[in-house]
Amino acid sequence: MKLMTALLGASALCAMTTTAIADGHEGERGRDGDVKIIYWQAPSILNPYLSGGTKDIESASLVVEPLARYDTEGNLVPWLVDEVPTVGNGGVSEDLTQITWKITEGLVWSDGTPVTSADAKFTYEYCTHPEGGCAQATKYEGVVSVETPDDLTVVVTFGGPTPNPYGPFVGGEAPILQAAQFADCMGAKAPECTEENFNPIGTGPFTVTEFKPNDVITFAANENYRVEGKPAFASVTFKGGGDATAAGRAVMETGEFDYAWNLQLAPDVIAKMEEGGLGTPVAGFGPLVERIMLNHTNPDPALGPDERAVVRPHPFLQEEAVYKAMSMAIDRPLLVEIGYGQAGRVTCNWVPVPNIYASTTFDCSTQDIAGANAMLDEAGFVDTDGDGVREANGVPMKLLYQTSTNAVRQDFQALIKQWWAEIGIESELRNLDASVFFGGDPGSPDTFQKFYADVEMYANTFNGTDPQAYLGNGLCSKIPSPATQWQGENVSRFCMEEYDALHAQLAQTADIEERGKLAAQLNDMGIENGMMIPLVHRGRLSAHANTLGGVSLNVWDSELWNIADWYRIK
Amino acid sequence: MFTYTIRRLILSIPTLLFISLVIFLLLKLAPGDPMASQPLTIPPEVRERMREALGVGAPWYIAFPKWLYQFFVVEPLYLFDAMLGTNWAADQQRVISWQTRSPVMEIVAQRLPQTLWVVGTAYVVAILIALPIGIYSAYRQYSWFDNTGTFVTMVGFSVPPFFSGVLVIVIFSVQLGWFPSIYDTTLKVVDWDSFVKQLQQMVMPVMVLALQITSQLSRFMRASMLDNLNQDYVRTARAKGLGEKTVVLIHVLRNSLIPVVTVIALGIPAIFGGAIITEQVFKVNGIGQLLITAIQANDLPMVQTLTFIFAILIVLFNLIADILYGILDPRIRYD
Repeated sequence: MKLMTALLGASALCAMTTTAIADGHEGERGRDGDVKIIYWQAPSILNPYLSGGTKDIESASLVVEPLARYDTEGNLVPWLVDEVPTVGNGGVSEDLTQITWKITEGLVWSDGTPVTSADAKFTYEYCTHPEGGCAQATKYEGVVSVETPDDLTVVVTFGGPTPNPYGPFVGGEAPILQAAQFADCMGAKAPECTEENFNPIGTGPFTVTEFKPNDVITFAANENYRVEGKPAFASVTFKGGGDATAAGRAVMETGEFDYAWNLQLAPDVIAKMEEGGLGTPVAGFGPLVERIMLNHTNPDPALGPDERAVVRPHPFLQEEAVYKAMSMAIDRPLLVEIGYGQAGRVTCNWVPVPNIYASTTFDCSTQDIAGANAMLDEAGFVDTDGDGVREANGVPMKLLYQTSTNAVRQDFQALIKQWWAEIGIESELRNLDASVFFGGDPGSPDTFQKFYADVEMYANTFNGTDPQAYLGNGLCSKIPSPATQWQGENVSRFCMEEYDALHAQLAQTADIEERGKLAAQLNDMGIENGMMIPLVHRGRLSAHANTLGGVSLNVWDSELWNIADWYRIK
Repeated sequence: MFTYTIRRLILSIPTLLFISLVIFLLLKLAPGDPMASQPLTIPPEVRERMREALGVGAPWYIAFPKWLYQFFVVEPLYLFDAMLGTNWAADQQRVISWQTRSPVMEIVAQRLPQTLWVVGTAYVVAILIALPIGIYSAYRQYSWFDNTGTFVTMVGFSVPPFFSGVLVIVIFSVQLGWFPSIYDTTLKVVDWDSFVKQLQQMVMPVMVLALQITSQLSRFMRASMLDNLNQDYVRTARAKGLGEKTVVLIHVLRNSLIPVVTVIALGIPAIFGGAIITEQVFKVNGIGQLLITAIQANDLPMVQTLTFIFAILIVLFNLIADILYGILDPRIRYD
């Protein structure tokens, strides 16, 4: 807990330094005119509780704000409160079941009415209403009550000890809604409140002027914003649609826009755009990891839809020599260079950041085809019939390797197929439309949960900085199967008693250093036992115009978290 | 003619109902999930509750009549209310988009102007260019003008807009900096300056679209003119001593226009349908872009409503084309 307090102290310091830098550009609110932002995915709604899409959460973050949020380093910073409650300052109860937030005094909504604890309580009720279909329900998981002893105090009580009580009202996904505005939008009425969902009243630096769904949003500076002289911009034009190339071009080559979000483009394309000289790409690294999941069940089509991918084990993928050799044969630095450039790093881990949770056990930065071959030979998996493909446990080592349709993923597939061929493992490639692959439709045989293939590649991440729930994706109880309508996060169907026990221990541990150690152990256990082959730690690459100051890319929260500090460089 | 029109109109009702059922079932059977675009960090139980809140899992015999009722009864009521200031609809539930949780028709109404502006202008420009080219090409068949025209139309036919669109952006936006590469849908034309801006941002998408439409129409015009130029009545007209201008522009052109007018009429629903690719390339965000994003997001109410509106327009303009044919060509009578 001491370290956590120290971290929070450091973060507060950090927040102060950012303000100090921004102070150099003081002046009237709205002095810098219009700022133009382009997201190649267009926002559909401005209520983060009804859509989990990044585009929707980040566009809404200009208007609605949480009590506390994460800064660029992943530290919590107070936002609508004076300090982040901890055990140290008495804000979190000793038994870790209660957290007390104190809303900053004198805070008002953009319509001039005061922000009170009742708004927070309402937000909790809004999201946990059983008929509302709230996208952020996990943020409020475990909460038994939200009390409001006075106008500015919010007491959140959990059902059990919660080492990480920073779920409710923290981060861009869980902002505070105005009770007065959304009072008639509870439960089944939630999706029908078009006017409210398109024009939420918030505490943020901007207010919605006009919302054109899936097209463009215009914002104006919030006249009641809590910081004098901010935001520097009088209005924001938030355009959506098109593709990442066009967005990058509009910022770096033609200068029509000031900020372009998430430029998932080949490194050489980015470099070429940068030559345009009008903008600069910026990268930030969250916990997103591109990985190959290894199936722990037998996906043989002969087994029929209900046994397929349920019967254990896989004919040969759980052999230690096999998955280790497959990992050794991969040239990760080359994958990074081809696929992501400055927005990628080599990783051997499932949880690559934050550093306190990341494991340092493995090194996988060099390709070793010869070593991989030797490992397979030693294990006795050799090519007995001379067709160039090894046999293991009586079957030829042939894999079906599936992923979603995406240029970079198909490049990766081709390269990895080649490397695996060099160690005598044949793979057949398959790619599926992302909306089907990630769709989770129990009727479709092609979803990533059903995993009717031997290996599959995709990326996954977690929100906030605590990986406990994410590491829970390796629990036996999270395995998708016909009994669960194929729902469940443990897609590789990895299952180990020791792992479950260690995860239970993590859920009971409050000490931050101890949690870090346990998380790293869980990470190692998953990798060591062939749950997945991590490939690339992926960053977020955005670009801003050279005339736009104050941008500091945040991957732990909304990218636009500090838009109040943005200004025009003259 | 009048009874014919009435008969066709009545016949189109079962046709349209059948089309709507087919669209509905096709969408229902297609794989995909409206929650697919949500990040993986949202667990399956939460997704399931979100689906329930949207009414995604409802069986077809409930969902389809509900949609029919909303589309044919509730939506027109809202339209009347909006025009006359009445309150007939009385807060009945409208067709709601799954992506935006807002009425589909409101978004359609919001998108229609930019689509009509861009695609409609392109259509008009294309007609104005295509007809003279087609006429002159046919009159001077195999001349250098005709050959150049053939070459240009072939290029127009074969170059897809995702190539020509990006090409003109690179030339006119990136290199020359004349026109914006991103269409500003918030621009309101109020004075001369904003009108110039509107023209500037329309130039490139109109250019790309018009190239395609021109190619198509001018080939049609040319072929139709050639058919007529070799007819006996043309020789008779010339033998009577009529001037070339009268022969070509009055006798031949009028007769040749009959099939061309039909083709033009049949192309009008496509204007409303927008131009999916061109709209995406220039970020016009009209009906075409709306449809494609709705398909990607598996937003069934939106896709269903849009495709059905297109179906209505196609059936309607087919009828109009048939009637026009009868009016223009006295040899054709339906009764």
